[in-house]
Amino acid sequence: MAGVLVYSANQGLALELITAARKIEDFVVAVSLNDDSLAQALAAAGVRTFKISNPNLVVGDTGAAAAAIKQVLDKENIDTVLLSSDRRGKELAGRLAQAIGAGCLTDVTAIQVDGSKIECQRNALGGATIAVQYIEGPKVMALRPRSYEAAGAGNGSIEELAAEIKDTGIKVIDFKPKAADRVNIEAAEILVAVGQGLSDEEKLADVQALASKLGGEVACSKPVATDKKWLSEERVIGLSGKKCKPQLALLLGISGQVQFTVGIRDARVIAAVNTDENAAINYMADYIIQADLHDVIEELNEKL
Amino acid sequence: MNIVVAMKQIPDLQQIRIRNRKPVLDGVPSALGVIDKNALEAAVLLKEKQGGKVIVLSAGNEEVEETVKEALAAGADEAFLVLDDDLEGADGSTKAMVLAEAINKIEDVGLILFGEGSGDNYSGQVGSRVAELLGMPQAAYASSIEINDSSAVITRSLEDGDEILEVSLPVVVSVLGDINEPRIPSVTQILKAGRKPKEVLELEDLEINLTGLPEIMTVSNLAPETDRKQVKVASVEELLQALRTEGVI
Ligand SMILES: Cc1cc2nc3c(=O)[nH]c(=O)nc-3n(C[C@H](O)[C@H](O)[C@H](O)COP(=O)(O)OP(=O)(O)OC[C@H]3O[C@@H](n4cnc5c(N)ncnc54)[C@H](O)[C@@H]3O)c2cc1C
Ligand SMILES: Nc1ncnc2c1ncn2[C@@H]1O[C@H](COP(=O)(O)O)[C@@H](O)[C@H]1O
Repeated sequence: MAGVLVYSANQGLALELITAARKIEDFVVAVSLNDDSLAQALAAAGVRTFKISNPNLVVGDTGAAAAAIKQVLDKENIDTVLLSSDRRGKELAGRLAQAIGAGCLTDVTAIQVDGSKIECQRNALGGATIAVQYIEGPKVMALRPRSYEAAGAGNGSIEELAAEIKDTGIKVIDFKPKAADRVNIEAAEILVAVGQGLSDEEKLADVQALASKLGGEVACSKPVATDKKWLSEERVIGLSGKKCKPQLALLLGISGQVQFTVGIRDARVIAAVNTDENAAINYMADYIIQADLHDVIEELNEKL
Repeated sequence: MNIVVAMKQIPDLQQIRIRNRKPVLDGVPSALGVIDKNALEAAVLLKEKQGGKVIVLSAGNEEVEETVKEALAAGADEAFLVLDDDLEGADGSTKAMVLAEAINKIEDVGLILFGEGSGDNYSGQVGSRVAELLGMPQAAYASSIEINDSSAVITRSLEDGDEILEVSLPVVVSVLGDINEPRIPSVTQILKAGRKPKEVLELEDLEINLTGLPEIMTVSNLAPETDRKQVKVASVEELLQALRTEGVI
């Protein structure tokens, strides 16, 4: 191993990667692609930063990003890469790994260095198990957001690097920002989470009222956000959502499939409300109430 | 123009039992990945508009030949399978080489569709690797795909917004689980599925060298210890009481 390279298009996540990289090796380099402010932030966090500016490097062109980063890896003779496991980062991970002949692990929640092995923890079998794995040979690892603290201030440097990038003909026609939902359900002490058992969107107001009374946040299962679009994807608990560890999780009308429970199993106390006596979520709960969730919400809102 | 859909056979996750914290996979039936079915549906919808064939591509053990019928019933025209027991549990780099080599053998491919992640491993890397191997542009996390002559307009849903890309064909696209609602095949379609053309190859039929690839080593793969009280409460009042005793409200 001769150093670790970190890259994320997202500045906050890039700073987290620096912290993780320093667990592996002191020698950390970073890359910024057509992004001056990212380069400055990386250097200000104490790493040697390669700034690549090239008109052919279109955001959204994953192949071009991989080609650019590969040039830094070749030049510096580095074969260990940390990326962020947000969507752009995950997409890049496979492409870059293939470009440099590396093994690849994504959605890594923690790394542990054991001699020359970098052991990565990640969910397997849809979240039913936690696998500890390491890569033999060149490696690309993508870390889940917020698995590590952002790196503090340091004394880094910026070097401009001319990279050769082919024009692949990808054009970004438009970018429509999502209405920002700045909620951070991972930080909440109390979560009131709703699933497809909730009858209609209007009932969300009662759910929100309950969450406010308890001093918590509203969260949901995936279909409530992605299929019904009643809540933002920021609020999804689970394998493709957030991994939460509140003091209390009140789960309303959620069946408890493994891709959901993986995101809530670290809660201290779980209470589940479901009309189905045999719902899988009941095996994951401390307190089970077999009832219509709408009645339970109403009564809780009255009594609290 | 033909559309290739890469679909992976996975164990039915709801039927996996945990014994001594270890997953027990014996006797668990196989199915195609849930999001891979969204990729197939996207392909069939595009084909219905503009013609061509939908070819389902899968690499796995012998059982895949049976499992893939589900996709042939749901609208795929042909199956291209690479079957070898060594492919069971193979990692991303091996599978990508196999799939890319298979795609090279298929004619007039304009679009190659993947799921955003396989149902069991959910690593989202195989599609990106195949794009790199084939030297094609790619777009992951698609929530819509439109094809116009020689290019595609793809909307991808990212954490902070929707990015709309125009890409020339051929292109590798991975789809989100909510891009569509996959159709349920009728009984006649299921019966006809067995008669649709299938090309079955073995690993040694492909001109690829799978030695010297990086390897993923597994130290452990265990279910976390769960120790939940599972106390049934009869009323909201009782629930509140319990939560107060726990000190969480
Ligand atoms: C690769 C992959 C990743 C995924 N990632 C995630 C993820 O991150 N998060 C996630 O949540 N899912 C995820 N899923 C989807 C997951 O498999 C389930 O489909 C989903 O969690 C089900 O959501 P649900 O429990 O709300 O809905 P359902 O399974 O439909 O359950 C609804 C429940 O509500 C109960 N109910 C109905 N009416 C009432 C009522 N009036 N009162 C009380 N109870 C009622 C029913 O008995 C049932 O148990 C993923 C799937 C895949 C394949
Ligand atoms: N063995 C396989 N055969 C065919 N397609 C596969 C196979 N493995 C993965 N894929 C495809 O690659 C996608 C991503 O897989 P993964 O990288 O494992 O998350 C899946 O959704 C499938 O479309």
